[in-house]
Amino acid sequence: MTKRDIQLNGGAGFDNDVNTGVSAKLRHFYQSVQEEGIPDRFMSLLERLEKAEQASEHVLAVRMPTNGR
Amino acid sequence: MVAEDPKIDHTFKKELLAAVPNLRAFAVSLSGRHHVADDLVQDTIMKAWAKQDHFEPGTNMKAWLFTILRNEFYSQMRKRGREVSDSDGIFTSQLSVHPAQYGSLDLQDFKKALDQLPSDQREAIILVGASGFAYEEAAEICGCAVGTIKSRINRARNRLQELLGVTGEGDYGPDAHSSAVTKRAFAV
Repeated sequence: MTKRDIQLNGGAGFDNDVNTGVSAKLRHFYQSVQEEGIPDRFMSLLERLEKAEQASEHVLAVRMPTNGR
Repeated sequence: MVAEDPKIDHTFKKELLAAVPNLRAFAVSLSGRHHVADDLVQDTIMKAWAKQDHFEPGTNMKAWLFTILRNEFYSQMRKRGREVSDSDGIFTSQLSVHPAQYGSLDLQDFKKALDQLPSDQREAIILVGASGFAYEEAAEICGCAVGTIKSRINRARNRLQELLGVTGEGDYGPDAHSSAVTKRAFAV
């Protein structure tokens, strides 16, 4: 979601809001967090989840005769 | 290197990742603290991943994720009791942990005011005013009526104006001209 989407959607949701002071501040605050982007921990978390899923599907597909331990 | 399994839904991962900045902003606004927020987002990602079979493609993934995060927030808040609420302004001391995040005093003041709202009002005004949801979607996420969302937003806005000493529109607008344009555009 881009900054512009937020403004547009936020604006649409606030159709009766002429009090631009508070809503502009709210969007400004919110965007300041959004603009921090995606922390590395979440990228690596998703990669781990994906790998785990691939590995378990692989095990099921191959029907490994032993579990290796 | 493992060959990619075509069965794995990469769209799901992509959409999930794309929603993370918005989810984080919601989590920070809701919890008032960055580290609590990031833990919430992490729990949300893990829950969403585990439940991805329950997600119907083509439906509103963002709303689905926000619902998970919100449920997670309230269930953790119940578990921790009052620790999560920040009525004593504890978040102020957290600010020093992330000096870059609220650079301007203006944002810090807003953050303080936001944290003073009851959480039902806070989430309503955030979802509609910043996260980009329609009233109906926010009502669904919060499990209440559309009218309830609207009245919570009104109360939240009034309280914020009071706390921030905003007397009317334009005080904080980009400039008088655009404020007038906004007023015209949204006037009913």
